Amino acid sequence: MALLEPHAFPHRHLLTIEGLSPDDITMLLDLSESYVAQNRQLDKKQSVLRGRTQFNLFFESSTRTRTSFEIAGKRLGADTINMSAEGSAIKKGETLIDTAMTLNAMQPDVLVVRHPESGAVALLAQKVDCAVINAGDGSHAHPTQALLDALTIRRRKGRLAGLVVAICGDILHSRVARSNIELLTIMGARVRVVAPPTLLPSAIERLGVEVHHDMRRGLEDCDIVMMLRLQTERMQGAFVPSIREYYHFYGLDYVKLAVAKDDALIMHPGPMNRGVEIDTDVADDIHRSVIREQVEMGVAVRMACLHVLAGTRRNEPTGRL
Amino acid sequence: MNEPARAYVNARLLDPASGLDTPGALLVDGGRIADCGPRLFAAGVPEGIEVVDCGGCCLAPGLVDMRAFLGEPGAEHKETIATGSGAAAAGGFTTVVALPNTAPVVDAVPLVELVRARARDSAIVNVLPAAALTKGFGGTEMTEMGLLAEAGAVIFTEGTRSVANAQVMRRVMAYASTFDLLVDHLPQEPTLADGVLNEGEVAARLGLAGSPACAETIMLGRDLTLVELTGCRYHASHLSTAAGVALIREAKARGLPVSCSASPHHLTLTEDAVGQYRTFAKVVPPLRTEADRLALIAGLADGTIDVIASGHSPENQESKRLPFAQAAPGISGLETALALSLGLYHCGATTLLRVLATLTSAPAARLGLEAGTLRRRAPADLIVFDLDRDWLIEPEAFHSKSKNSPFEKMTVRGRVLRTVVAGRHVYRGPAA
Repeated sequence: MALLEPHAFPHRHLLTIEGLSPDDITMLLDLSESYVAQNRQLDKKQSVLRGRTQFNLFFESSTRTRTSFEIAGKRLGADTINMSAEGSAIKKGETLIDTAMTLNAMQPDVLVVRHPESGAVALLAQKVDCAVINAGDGSHAHPTQALLDALTIRRRKGRLAGLVVAICGDILHSRVARSNIELLTIMGARVRVVAPPTLLPSAIERLGVEVHHDMRRGLEDCDIVMMLRLQTERMQGAFVPSIREYYHFYGLDYVKLAVAKDDALIMHPGPMNRGVEIDTDVADDIHRSVIREQVEMGVAVRMACLHVLAGTRRNEPTGRL
Repeated sequence: MNEPARAYVNARLLDPASGLDTPGALLVDGGRIADCGPRLFAAGVPEGIEVVDCGGCCLAPGLVDMRAFLGEPGAEHKETIATGSGAAAAGGFTTVVALPNTAPVVDAVPLVELVRARARDSAIVNVLPAAALTKGFGGTEMTEMGLLAEAGAVIFTEGTRSVANAQVMRRVMAYASTFDLLVDHLPQEPTLADGVLNEGEVAARLGLAGSPACAETIMLGRDLTLVELTGCRYHASHLSTAAGVALIREAKARGLPVSCSASPHHLTLTEDAVGQYRTFAKVVPPLRTEADRLALIAGLADGTIDVIASGHSPENQESKRLPFAQAAPGISGLETALALSLGLYHCGATTLLRVLATLTSAPAARLGLEAGTLRRRAPADLIVFDLDRDWLIEPEAFHSKSKNSPFEKMTVRGRVLRTVVAGRHVYRGPAA
């Protein structure tokens, strides 16, 4: 795969889905598609990022996202370095800005950053010269998750426009939900959110979604059921009364799924709480569930994102906007 | 007082206390207003009196701020009484009430004395101490309000916090009424106001926890019930919601001894100012919706909102260059308050005298000060300002130590040319 022209992806960073055009998204999904095929070969290695340095900077613990980015970088030939908050200067009181400037001095080509605070990755991106990929900031955004979900859907359904997608569960605290709402509405899908009012941000309808509190109404005739993880901490603070009650009304089982389209796909960003938001048989249903496929698409999508941001012909891959 | 007698001539005299708005002149002698009126010096200024030609600009009472954080003691890296008073003078304020949310909290007589001593030694405007309602802002033990008042505390407040415990607040109010003290409260129910911006569309988009409007109305409703019970003189600071304005309007109609203020930023900005995590637009209470902002303006015009208070809250870069939820709230507001407030007159929302009343006579009357008026024998605390002068807000040029302003690069109308405290010229603005 060749180096891309700088104008192929007219953005310096990938911080949110907001601001991307349908063409930007389509271009990323098309490029990801080619990496899906490559990742299924015996020789998975490319050299498009040879000589480039990728830092994976995780201020919040993560297994799958960090691993996925690391594999993606390595398969493109980049030198990948993982840094986590544990044992780092952050724990010693260094500010985010100082950390950013320190790392920047080491001349990375791309920073992949996850942070527990909404907006923190954008703040860090203002202080570095290289490309930054948001790997999840607080409850705000997780753009590569939305892209991998879109890729998974597009491969199965052949399109995104016109599909009815129900996003169910803890919307309030979910960066996955926010990024998916943005991406799917940009691409012309119809998005519903399904949750009790305690797990929905007020004014969520202003984001262009249909709001449902009842799973049966929310899932009716939908093409995609996207489940979200419910953190068990949510029992504190009176978001929901108990796991039992939550599962009874909002857990995805075959009874609730029956009102969706016969070929509706089941998705989950992981890690799953079986028996909390999703029935174990539904999660493992090989005809309906694409949860494992999402993980596979994740690597391909992250390769595409790294490629467009760090693998261009720009002399300064990071040049100013 | 070695200041010579001075005649301010060729002025547009504006005195909201008396409704005066006329071309005329004003004479200052011995640090007080000796005379003032349209016919004064009609036959020329006598020998021996220094003449200040106002060039047709407005001459008004110096502004009175009920609410500013001046950094001392404990936050001298953000502001000092000296720098804060410099900012006040540049903004046209001749009297500033210093909030007690310092470190330590101003909750005891020696701390009131400290603030007064620092003010006497280093301030170029009048700085008056406010004291806490409860010891250490702990919300449980009442401060020595009577002694604090004798020592010079002019108002009692928990700063930007609320007293959560209704029984404590009831007793504080009942006790304060014994001495007819003024209790100030920033009404936000703390269990609801745990967000970092307004609960609404912007919070939903940014994935940040919001504080709902009902945090204000629930606490304000409680307070007004307690005012009715205790007869306490009560002032609600920094109203931010339409429903809050309606509650005060209704309480005043019932004859309760209440007043309230709004800030220049709540009158001019909405939650949209937060944009993409702009921490300079993070304040307590949070900036709300356009409907709320318009209700505040309507409340100001009809007299429901008595006072505009700057809410000056200087913050340094280290406190603001953080992820939004971690950043300190606050706006460095003394130097922009007048021009932003005059914007309400310039846009036709209310009259010039009404705007000035909220910044002069109304806060002075509520605090029991003889300032805020052009009355004869009142202190010669004055400002000369050019009502129609446009200027660009450049925080780097602020006299305040802190430059945290969401109004950076905004062009506003109305500029202070001269600030006078007890007859002394403490600030001279840019020449025409």
